[in-house]
Amino acid sequence: MNPVAMHIANGIVDARVSAAFAVVSLVALGFCVMRGRLDLDDRLAPMAGLVAAFIFAVQMLNFQVLPGVSGHLLGGALAAVLVGPWVGALCVATVLIVQCLLFADGGLTALGLNIFNMALLGTAVGYLVAVAILRLLPKVSVAVFVASVVSVVVASQGFVLEYALGGTTDLDLGTVAGAMAGVHILIGIGEGLIAATTVATVAKVRPDLVYALRRTTRAAQPQEVPA
Amino acid sequence: MNRKLGWFLAGGLLVAILLAGVVSNFASGSPDGLDAAARQGCTFNADGEITGGTCMAQREQNHQLAGSPFADYGIRGLDGPLGTGLAGVLGVLITFAVGGGVFWLVRRRKPASSSST
Repeated sequence: MNPVAMHIANGIVDARVSAAFAVVSLVALGFCVMRGRLDLDDRLAPMAGLVAAFIFAVQMLNFQVLPGVSGHLLGGALAAVLVGPWVGALCVATVLIVQCLLFADGGLTALGLNIFNMALLGTAVGYLVAVAILRLLPKVSVAVFVASVVSVVVASQGFVLEYALGGTTDLDLGTVAGAMAGVHILIGIGEGLIAATTVATVAKVRPDLVYALRRTTRAAQPQEVPA
Repeated sequence: MNRKLGWFLAGGLLVAILLAGVVSNFASGSPDGLDAAARQGCTFNADGEITGGTCMAQREQNHQLAGSPFADYGIRGLDGPLGTGLAGVLGVLITFAVGGGVFWLVRRRKPASSSST
């Protein structure tokens, strides 16, 4: 065991369930490529590369949340707000694949599990929450903060689902869910502060590069056509 | 890609390189939330091996690529802050190259402003 492991390792969830989640994740990422292509233009493509590189960097920065327990940013809400949900999921997946293949972090067998929780669940929930808040309150940092907390907790429960389906040990699910949710609320608060600061900075320098702002400001303009 | 965007990207990449290359050495070494939850219920010896109890990490297996030269965010043969920092910078650059490269290849070629009739 090493202290720098940050994602699900091999052997915690059995091979059958891991393989099933690998298939689900692969299909979902393929769908994200299809939908993401519509968003990816000459400006968004390099920006998305930067978002992936930035998430890789910040994931290395474990911060203390409890004595003997740390946490790090997952990045789903941050990616979704900056480059949209489809490309955002691909950004986080890119980070996880590089970490797994190059840095031996997050088991190769567990890659589908990790992608499902962090790239798919985390990004989808982060985006939905952020956009919902932005419709009510045009404060991007508040929206990103809350979206981060919710997305991290939901992602942690994605692990609980995977463990429930294929855990190799027999522990009480309620205890696992509680332990994961409790610590990930704290991690989510840390992530929320980092993500909100990042998005607020980008929004100040280049508001046109914040996907969620482009979307919601367009929606806020009084030219809506009833669908 | 215009020049202003180029400056923004360069600035962002520089921040990422500093975070992964320098700040990473000040990161907490404690197990993260998932790892800590997975270890709950087991007892460990000084080498981090499980000595007893029941926990999710009990049947954890080593990474298939645990022997790779950059395993665990380091560089084999280069211990300490320099190894971590260089591994971090390498990771940032490779993630940018792979991510940016794939996104550039699959991007929409037609400008968005063209009328869609």
